Amino acid sequence: MAEPQHGAENAKQPGGSRWQQLYQWIDRRTGIGSLLQEGLDEPIPGGARWAYVFGSVLLFLFISQTITGVFLALYYVPSADHAHTTVAYIVKEVTGGKFLRSIHAYGSSAAVIVLLMHLTQTYLYGAYKGRRELLWISGCVLFALMLAMAFTGYLLPWDQKAYFATTVGTNMASDVPLVGTWLKRLMRGGDEMGTLTLSRFFVAHVFLIPAVMIAFIAMHVYLFRKAGPAGPPSEDPVNPRLPTQRFYPRQVVMDTIVALLMILILGLLAHFAPTELGPKANPADTQYVPRPEWYYLPIFQWLKYWRGPYAIIGIIVIPAITAALLMFVPFIDRRLERRAWRRPIAVGVFLLIFAAFVAMGLMSVRDDQRDPSIAKQVAKQREGTEQFMREPFQPAGAASSLSAPVVAVLDPLAAAGKNVYGSESCDACHGENGVGTAAGPKLTGTIAQTPTDELSSLLRHPTPKMIEGGMQAVDISDDDLKALVAYIKSLK
Amino acid sequence: MSEGDRAPAIHQDEELVTRRSFLGVLLGFGTVLMGAALSIPLIRFALHPLLTKTTEIGWSDVGNVDEFKSITAPVKRLVKVQQRDAWREIVSEKPVYVVPAKNGAVRVLSPVCPHLGCSVPWNEAKQEFICPCHVAVFAIDGGRISGPAPRGMDDLETKVQDGVLMVRYQYFRQLIPQKEPLS
Repeated sequence: MAEPQHGAENAKQPGGSRWQQLYQWIDRRTGIGSLLQEGLDEPIPGGARWAYVFGSVLLFLFISQTITGVFLALYYVPSADHAHTTVAYIVKEVTGGKFLRSIHAYGSSAAVIVLLMHLTQTYLYGAYKGRRELLWISGCVLFALMLAMAFTGYLLPWDQKAYFATTVGTNMASDVPLVGTWLKRLMRGGDEMGTLTLSRFFVAHVFLIPAVMIAFIAMHVYLFRKAGPAGPPSEDPVNPRLPTQRFYPRQVVMDTIVALLMILILGLLAHFAPTELGPKANPADTQYVPRPEWYYLPIFQWLKYWRGPYAIIGIIVIPAITAALLMFVPFIDRRLERRAWRRPIAVGVFLLIFAAFVAMGLMSVRDDQRDPSIAKQVAKQREGTEQFMREPFQPAGAASSLSAPVVAVLDPLAAAGKNVYGSESCDACHGENGVGTAAGPKLTGTIAQTPTDELSSLLRHPTPKMIEGGMQAVDISDDDLKALVAYIKSLK
Repeated sequence: MSEGDRAPAIHQDEELVTRRSFLGVLLGFGTVLMGAALSIPLIRFALHPLLTKTTEIGWSDVGNVDEFKSITAPVKRLVKVQQRDAWREIVSEKPVYVVPAKNGAVRVLSPVCPHLGCSVPWNEAKQEFICPCHVAVFAIDGGRISGPAPRGMDDLETKVQDGVLMVRYQYFRQLIPQKEPLS
């Protein structure tokens, strides 16, 4: 390793092993030693604490999300006709695909939880005080960016849940005064949800937002090091007086232990309760009950209370004021007093809002459980997802999906039946070309092989079980029925 | 850099330094170990296409076997090959040559040159297969005559079902004297 011309230099460290020599060789050229020292010897007033681990864990989660995200992109295609198939391929075929996708999906939930803990800890400790306004604001921006990551990532699998939740989510943008409609169209890439929506969300999720996030993470960490750790609430935020302890080793070990615990939890969840993928998005489905991811439930519930002309107060004004309050709290709560019990208003408002969020989330869950029709539909959707997960992977362009429309065109009676199928909204539940949705079984395969007479009478007089599932007796002319049956039979 | 020759560690407290560096080694070792463990699923995920068996190649129709009973020159046919391409099922057209029967059995040749994989056409005037890339020359039955190819043109597996000639389209390893299918 040692270069011959530096022989004398190396001879200065006679006891140095080969590794130490290698380290010194690198250090002289990179200054990695002083960089490590700078990073690890940060003095923490009052010493290391478990309460300070959340920031490091968030950084760790960000790295984990980046790595798993890049790997998922190996197989994912962001277009409306392929997104769902490629995610199904990842989940059902690719080695470890289900596991990796679950780590990524659960990782986003974990990031929200840890972020809330980080926010709560720094808020209650008054760690935004003492020339830390920009540090706090950059953190609030990162909070918003992470919620944007969760929102954009949710659509990408293009299953029923993703499609309808995002339809509702983007619709909310149209409530913004003046630019609302334009904003909605901008997000969707048009008036309706479609393949352009998916492209936009994909680009935002993997290029734009992460780039901005990296910049803000760098800023956040830099500003944190500039201001220094605030230490416990009793500490003076500007001129710390408590004896310090270096970041390394105690705090590093604490951070590492919690990060490892995080990996363990994510790994166990991903292994034993992998994230599921529902059936492909079917815009014709009129019965789907969309529900957002759990951390959006409080906002979802909140929006239920605001209807009519004053909706704008609830949808825009109040959330904007709340966000502004949080973001600019260092300018509002300016005293240097950090102890929570000496800041009853700041802490009280924070806890009140936090409690309101939790309460609204719980109310949303309770509302769904209390409404029998919704509970039934949600259960049905759940069943549809489980059903889809049990089915083997169906490659795109496979025989069954290709042959159906071809046959329909070849046989004029079946072609007429396809029109009836559309005009009677059969596709709303049974899907395009009878491939089935969460709301109704697929018609391809066994149902299409039912004898003609039996099929006709079932359409006219559904069995009690079919009626219970939402199937209604078909009220059309005999000719149309004949055509419809011919079409269904062509779906095998 | 001016600090280049400074000792990296400040030797204030020997005991503390040893404890710190021991922990450092432990942490570094643990991190490497954890990183390695965590990268296993990632590597398996990325190598999926290489680690799984490719799906079996199906049979493709070439045409009615009677058509080829009395041919005197090789006949080029396009066969439809159904393949799994990761998450999609594709049907691609591949050319094959049906060559005149020897001992009553019809043979189907792959036009892929065993030298470097160019498509070999039948030269009507010379009555030979001549590769346009490096002039490998093959006889009407695919046997090697001259040029850089290490072996003759490759036969494809065939069968006759209900009077229809069928072929299993495959690729073979190039540049070696024996025929070895690529899976």
